[in-house]
Amino acid sequence: MSVSNIDWSEIGQATIDTLAMLGGSMVLTIALGLPLGVVLFLTGKGQMLENRLANGALSLLVNILRSVPFVILLIVMIPLTVALVGTSLGVAGAIPPLVVGAAPFFARLVETALREVDRGVIEASFAMGAKRRQVVLGALLPEALPGLVAAATVTAVALVSYTAMAGVVGAGGLGDLAIRFGYQRFQTDVMIVTVVLMLVLVQVLQMVGDAVVRRVSHR
Amino acid sequence: MIAFEAVSKTYSAAKSGQGAAALTNVSLSVNAGEVFGVIGASGAGKSTLIRLINGLETPTGGRVVVDGDDVAALGVDGLRALRRRVGMIFQHFNLLSGKTVAQNVAFPLKLAGRPAAEVKARTAELLERVGLTAHADKFPAQLSGGQKQRVGIARALATGPKILLCDEATSALDPETTEQILDLVSGLNRELGLTIVLITHEMDVVRRVCDRVAVLEAGRVVETGAVEDVFLHPASDTARRFVREADGEPAADAALSGRVVRLTFKGEATYKPVLGEVARTTGVDYSILGGRIHRLRETPYGQLTLALTGGDIGAAIAQFQAAGVRVDDLSGETAR
Repeated sequence: MSVSNIDWSEIGQATIDTLAMLGGSMVLTIALGLPLGVVLFLTGKGQMLENRLANGALSLLVNILRSVPFVILLIVMIPLTVALVGTSLGVAGAIPPLVVGAAPFFARLVETALREVDRGVIEASFAMGAKRRQVVLGALLPEALPGLVAAATVTAVALVSYTAMAGVVGAGGLGDLAIRFGYQRFQTDVMIVTVVLMLVLVQVLQMVGDAVVRRVSHR
Repeated sequence: MIAFEAVSKTYSAAKSGQGAAALTNVSLSVNAGEVFGVIGASGAGKSTLIRLINGLETPTGGRVVVDGDDVAALGVDGLRALRRRVGMIFQHFNLLSGKTVAQNVAFPLKLAGRPAAEVKARTAELLERVGLTAHADKFPAQLSGGQKQRVGIARALATGPKILLCDEATSALDPETTEQILDLVSGLNRELGLTIVLITHEMDVVRRVCDRVAVLEAGRVVETGAVEDVFLHPASDTARRFVREADGEPAADAALSGRVVRLTFKGEATYKPVLGEVARTTGVDYSILGGRIHRLRETPYGQLTLALTGGDIGAAIAQFQAAGVRVDDLSGETAR
């Protein structure tokens, strides 16, 4: 085994593609998953917007999306992806299935993080004359911030492995490289390099996430 | 200032189909400027009662009128306006852990949309009042329990309320800190003329700061009155139990010979040498079975349980009464 057949420019491009998929899908996952998680929490039993019907419907939707294996989701989503971004290939084609796969997962984690917030703090906010919106934005979300950052970190790490799977349907990136060169052409060295790069990526994400949690936690 | 008119609160229990009554037919009135205590065991309905005042709970029967408004009839905006006139502090403080002390105190002002300069000035003034200026930039987790409650008090005062609700505010504090917080609360009552409603399970808290007290038992008010009356002459079993917890009950043994009487001294009479004088002039002998001497807010009082023997007992009792001492004859009662 030698490293001479490694095309470093290809690995560089794949790394950039992976980071682009991760960044783009992460932003959209938070944009969709955070409100979804907040609504899931607020419509839950005993909460300020308790609504069994809405909660049941959202919960079912989330469970359906979460129970579809991501590889299947990638393929099932192709027509929708084409309709949304014009292609099912490349970085752009990977982002819709990544978001649909990760947002429900993130929403559940958000819901759990919000449940950890002390109800007394919420009650005290109402007692001070806060509107519901003020309670959610001024007390609930800030109090849950450490939990929300931890949830985002877990989701980002999950997205790294999702991007690798997205390689199957021609998304590009490190996972694609590992499959095409490492698996199909028996270039073990390429496989090792890509896996190490993904490991470094996960490690960095987790460290940064943990550091931010420590920074925002004052318990 | 606050009136409960035949208020009931029943929580609907979804599973059994039967509701659980938290409060039953409660009528109370709290006068402006007084410190009103509600004492009861856990589960007696204290928490529900205090939350009806600021609309955190709504009654299922009767009316709660606060500062002229029927709380249940207020709209969303009316209720928020009322809540700015009613501050509340909590057993577990309920501070925002991610905000500093100053940000916590500023929070209700920001909710009310006050201008930044006013928020800053008012926050500084409130922190000064509760003695936490030096801790303005700390987070709640860095404070002691007593300091946290001071933040809670400053926060409750931010919007300039007329009424302060204290929900077991000292129950999580040690005795020394409890005393400091109660002094602070008393001071607010005197200096700002705040009407204060506090709920507690400790008679000692009631004795130190309250003017009047209601005793709650299983959702019903079993006794209401001036603290000295309820404390010295409790009429209900529940009240007697709380007094005994606070002070210990004199051991009036029915097997003792002689007349067993309980003398209650209040105010100046507490410090007069009445007992010796009566014994000398009437020839009555006494043995002390139990006693307590304390203060109810500013009023000193003493209560002694005696067994009287020999001499002219009738004259002795008359002489006690003439000296302003209340005499209760316990001989007829069985020992409690």
